[in-house]
Amino acid sequence: MRGSVAIAGVGLAGCGEAPGWTEMEIAAAAAKSALDDAGLTARDVDGIVIASTNIFMSGLALAEHLGIRPKFTESTMVGGSSFVGHLIPAALALDARLCDAILVAYGSNQRTGTGRSEAGRHKMALDPQPFEHPYKPFNPPTSYALAAARHMHQYGTTRTQLAEIAVAARKWAQLNPEAFAREPLTIEDVLASRRVSDPLTVRDCCLVTDGGGAYVLTRAERVQDLPKPPAYLLGVGAAHWHRQISSMPDLTVTAATESGRRAFEMAGLGPQDVDVVELYDAFTINTLLFLEDLGFCRKGEGGGFVSGGRIAPGGALPVNTNGGGLSCVHPGMYGIFLVIEAVRQLRGEAGARQVRDAAVALAHGNGGVLSSQITAILGTKDTL
Amino acid sequence: MSPPSGPEKHYLDALAAGRFEMQKCAACARHVFYPRVVCPHCGSDRLEWVAPSGRGTVYSTTVVRRKPADGGDYNVCLVDLAEGVRMMSRVVSIPPQEVRIGMAVKARIAEGLVEFTPA
Repeated sequence: MRGSVAIAGVGLAGCGEAPGWTEMEIAAAAAKSALDDAGLTARDVDGIVIASTNIFMSGLALAEHLGIRPKFTESTMVGGSSFVGHLIPAALALDARLCDAILVAYGSNQRTGTGRSEAGRHKMALDPQPFEHPYKPFNPPTSYALAAARHMHQYGTTRTQLAEIAVAARKWAQLNPEAFAREPLTIEDVLASRRVSDPLTVRDCCLVTDGGGAYVLTRAERVQDLPKPPAYLLGVGAAHWHRQISSMPDLTVTAATESGRRAFEMAGLGPQDVDVVELYDAFTINTLLFLEDLGFCRKGEGGGFVSGGRIAPGGALPVNTNGGGLSCVHPGMYGIFLVIEAVRQLRGEAGARQVRDAAVALAHGNGGVLSSQITAILGTKDTL
Repeated sequence: MSPPSGPEKHYLDALAAGRFEMQKCAACARHVFYPRVVCPHCGSDRLEWVAPSGRGTVYSTTVVRRKPADGGDYNVCLVDLAEGVRMMSRVVSIPPQEVRIGMAVKARIAEGLVEFTPA
């Protein structure tokens, strides 16, 4: 699979606030933007991929909206990591020549749309989870708080170290004109902000925004004729060991240990080869756990690793260069934005936040409550 | 002949009747929680109901912050039971922020739920 497919175009739509827009309209607008970026039209697309928390048979809905009659449709839903994971079936379908150009899209109006709490009540009724819900975990924050508390207990990780992660994300966001939260943020601000589920404060938690994104995937031989520099898929791995936090074997070790190892093996690369890192930071503890589990530092040493601005602009390791889910955009499922930012960095299109000479980018998706872990490694033509 | 209900209903019905029951696999001898049809350790469907000791240790804990008007802060935790399984629960009878990882706790049933107090 290594190097056989590439991302030819990426697009965003409705990030931040998009009042008056439906989820499918935001997804379709992002799709149009990604197709324009790839120099293609909907007529060139014969594969459709989407995941939604709300729209029933979302693959049918997106194809219908865009007027596409796909030969390949895929809607695996494993939470926010889905849109990183979609690279796997999409690459397989392209490799098997089931289709020639696949559009992966996502849209959400969770910030300004109505009916969010009503949808939550319906989901609770349909999927009661009787071994967790009666204790009223305020999820997802409570599940991640339990992981953070355990990491702090076991390794001496501090709230200040977690706050470093939020501050680094904000500093990247300040370099990104498309980011939603760009006002200054200090470690003291994070520590003093409202507690949600101890030890996490509201500033340890991701944004709640609207927004959509899309990317277009084609075979490597095709992408050479298209206008933008392609981002090749060098490696990808997926793993999950639990759904509910109470079934997670060790709250300090995620399945990213496995997804990352497999992605690096396929790519023939290691953490030392990665120029820019995009991690699914729904909460500050995520960034810390994934840096450890993907091998950027040793288990238990993530707190020290992120200190002193190491993952902030100007630090040794650029992490979440768009500002992440903490400060750029987080409309319920963040996965597609990891891939989009990785591609923009590899193309040299990231403006003031551009990582110089970025050739290898890692995009790591998380779904559920530290449940689904999916790692993708993308590279420029020179890395093939 | 099929059992009268699935394992989830069996568990919840027992709790409602004041009994905390848990599955143990007759094939691999490991305890299983939450209740299932098939043992997640070995794949056997020979799961039998047993009474756990009720003794456990807090594996992790959080205080969920809630406005006083809505009932105030409360504890949510994960407890490792002596039988080698983990469950979500809450520690009551002490303030939520005083629940500590490593704390020995004892199960009781309240309002059809398993909750814990310091042992």
